[in-house]
Amino acid sequence: MSLLAVDGVTKRFRGLVAVDNVSLAVEPGAIFAIIGPNGAGKTTLFNLIAGVFAPDVGAITFAGEPIDGAAPEHICQLGIARTFQIVRPFPELTVIENAAIGSMLRAPDMDGAYARASEILRRLDLWDRRARKAHELTLPDRKRLEVARALATQPKLLLLDEVMAGLRPTETDRIVKILRTLNAEENITILMIEHVMRAVMALATHVHVLHHGATIAEGTPAEVTRDVRVIESYLGAEAIA
Amino acid sequence: MTLSLYVEVLLQGVLTGLVYGLMALGLSVIFGVVRVVNFAHGEFAVLAMYATFVLFTLLHIDPILAAIPVAALFFFVGWLLQRLVVQPFIVRPQHDQFILLVGLAIVLVNALLMTFGPDSRHTNLAYSYDSWFVGPIIVDKVRAYAAAAAVAITIALLAFFRFTLMGTAIRACADNLTGAAVVGLDIKKLYALTFGLGLACAGAAGAIMVALTDVTPMLAPSFTLLAFTIVIIGGLGSMAGALLGGLLIGVVEALASAVIAPSMKSMVSFALLVVVLALRPQGLLGKAAT
Amino acid sequence: MIAQAFAQVSARARVLIAAFAIAMLAAPLFLDRYLLSVLVLVCLAAYTGQAWNILLGFAGLLSLGHALYLGLGAYVSAALYVHYGIGPWLGVFPAIAACIVVATLLGWLAFRFRIEGVYFALLTIAFAEVARIGFDHIAATGGAGGFFLPVRSEDQSQWWNLRGGPTFFYYLALLLAAAAFVLCAILRRSRVGHSWLAVREDPEAARALGIDVNRARMSALLLSAAMTGIAGVFQAFYANNLFPSQIFDISRSIDIILAPIIGGVGTLFGPILGAFVLAPLGEVLISLTGAIGLNAPGTKALFFGLFLMAIIAGVPSGLWPRLAGMLRLRSAPR
Repeated sequence: MSLLAVDGVTKRFRGLVAVDNVSLAVEPGAIFAIIGPNGAGKTTLFNLIAGVFAPDVGAITFAGEPIDGAAPEHICQLGIARTFQIVRPFPELTVIENAAIGSMLRAPDMDGAYARASEILRRLDLWDRRARKAHELTLPDRKRLEVARALATQPKLLLLDEVMAGLRPTETDRIVKILRTLNAEENITILMIEHVMRAVMALATHVHVLHHGATIAEGTPAEVTRDVRVIESYLGAEAIA
Repeated sequence: MTLSLYVEVLLQGVLTGLVYGLMALGLSVIFGVVRVVNFAHGEFAVLAMYATFVLFTLLHIDPILAAIPVAALFFFVGWLLQRLVVQPFIVRPQHDQFILLVGLAIVLVNALLMTFGPDSRHTNLAYSYDSWFVGPIIVDKVRAYAAAAAVAITIALLAFFRFTLMGTAIRACADNLTGAAVVGLDIKKLYALTFGLGLACAGAAGAIMVALTDVTPMLAPSFTLLAFTIVIIGGLGSMAGALLGGLLIGVVEALASAVIAPSMKSMVSFALLVVVLALRPQGLLGKAAT
Repeated sequence: MIAQAFAQVSARARVLIAAFAIAMLAAPLFLDRYLLSVLVLVCLAAYTGQAWNILLGFAGLLSLGHALYLGLGAYVSAALYVHYGIGPWLGVFPAIAACIVVATLLGWLAFRFRIEGVYFALLTIAFAEVARIGFDHIAATGGAGGFFLPVRSEDQSQWWNLRGGPTFFYYLALLLAAAAFVLCAILRRSRVGHSWLAVREDPEAARALGIDVNRARMSALLLSAAMTGIAGVFQAFYANNLFPSQIFDISRSIDIILAPIIGGVGTLFGPILGAFVLAPLGEVLISLTGAIGLNAPGTKALFFGLFLMAIIAGVPSGLWPRLAGMLRLRSAPR
């Protein structure tokens, strides 16, 4: 059974069809990437999965349970954690407090929450900045904090929205390594929206391409990057040369 | 209550409501454009009342006629206030802005209290007790003149927004701030202008109200609350909404005053506020938040 | 739990807190009746400020109508005492219940219909105004003319009826302020406290981490209301007279918020520092203005208004963070 099944989902905003009859299945343990030009409906799809709004048509199931239309907090409690495209750390709280708020969902008490938060911060290389307030961090650090906080909720499925955007190649490689380890060691399934093809090619086991809200291709990274429609609409001939 | 009495009460409500509407219009314009919640709006209206009272006592200028110079004065006050005090707060969180204006409201009310004392001041106009008799219905001349002045000023303001370049520019700011900046409008100047217009409305309404009611500093917080109630019911940022809300509240208060008790009129207004916030938070004519 | 709450506090801070606590406990030995009464007001202001702070500093909701709960607590407990002889230590419970019921209504309206920010503040003002006008018309509690609690000299030491001298009320007020402080310190470290902070900082991000935002806001509102209600009970039995136009008035609500805003919203020591700054400031103002003949009513309030504006403009996070920085009282991270 797929971990996440999106079935014929459509979302309209006053006449604009943002997501057009999209179906996909994310297998447990996969690293599933969604790519496509800006405005293709990728973040809307994420928002539908995460419960920010409900689809007009179609169903979304997670581990067999329907989640379309459920509240975001409920969806997180079920085991889906998300990051935001424009990072949203809790600015006045410290790094470790940010992480602890994530881990307190599943921790028996606050001491346990802080212990787990410490562990995650060490993993994500933020331990030495744990006492700083989130608004003092640089962008790459904030991105890692965003991931750390989502991870702290012990999700089965992690939704990453353009987590590599704005990072230098060394930073990108760093996060790629962390994600690969998390996927391999803790069996966390990852669903990511990405523009940075370097990361997609390095990580993804399966790629889904959206354009104007609809699916135009899917398959392995190799298959998708050779697909003519994908090259025409998004990648451009030079990108995969 | 006889039918003619009901009609009189209704008429009274409409006439007073038109003046309320003018005051609320100022608040709506400020919020719609500058997006600052002017918690000191009622305080400025009462300040204008005292200014008008002084003009009347010293120079015998009729309060309703004084609305024009007072409005002009308060335009200038608003313009200055925005430039010097409010502008630095535009980027601050809404709570900070609100508290700043709460502080200003406290300062204004107590300044008036210190200068004039808490006792209410009455203005006796030549026509204060004159009325017209339209069939069985009695219409107070004061209220009619006051309403007429309020309507005139409101029409002038609406015409400004509709037909002049400045007015259109201001409406552009309200509609789409980024767009307005991108096409090169001087946002700061327009903000100052709008604040000035907003306080001018408060000033004019205050001046007119001197003819209708006794002046005391304690009116200030209830005016602020009244203006907010009207604007929320009518729709934050909608000029027509402010006027409609003013009329509605004027009528509701007049009816409540006559049918239940004068002291209960604000309760009924609040009940209406709660109902509107619950059922249609964007107000009667406001745009729904997407 | 209490020990844990202060475990991270630096040694320096601990010494200062201890010194402060001792000074406060010993105060009645050194101060005259008048100064002691000022301290009672300071402690009460610190207590109510702490209660209000839970709503804004923790959960991020601005209430400008908190006098509502003060008045409700006062009137309910006073009415029970005057009409049924029920002492305040028992009467406090119905008083709290009344506050919770009203707060639940307010919260339901606000959170169900997504009333936030400025709209929420206005809703709180409206509720307080309704109470003010409403209680003007309730004959059973004296209406606009006022409600008076009987004070007979022979009951002077009935602590169970909250009758006593200034020292008695002082220690009671001090106890309330200290209890509120400790409660907030514990809450800050708790799960509930963390979810409040998350909701304050970014409700959508909090949702994405599994936090039920409405439930968190409601719990903050109810706690804040209940605590303020207790202050109302104290107020009723301390002043022995109640007027709707005073206790429900917006100026009362503003009094409540002055100390925490000046001291520092969202901090534990803010309300305390704010209360201690405002009380002597008020006294100094009165004597200064009296000296230059500026005795008009409203002078003190005017200066407080200016002070509020100055603080929000210059030191918006309040005086406590500055002071803590100067005294180097940073706590260790957890």
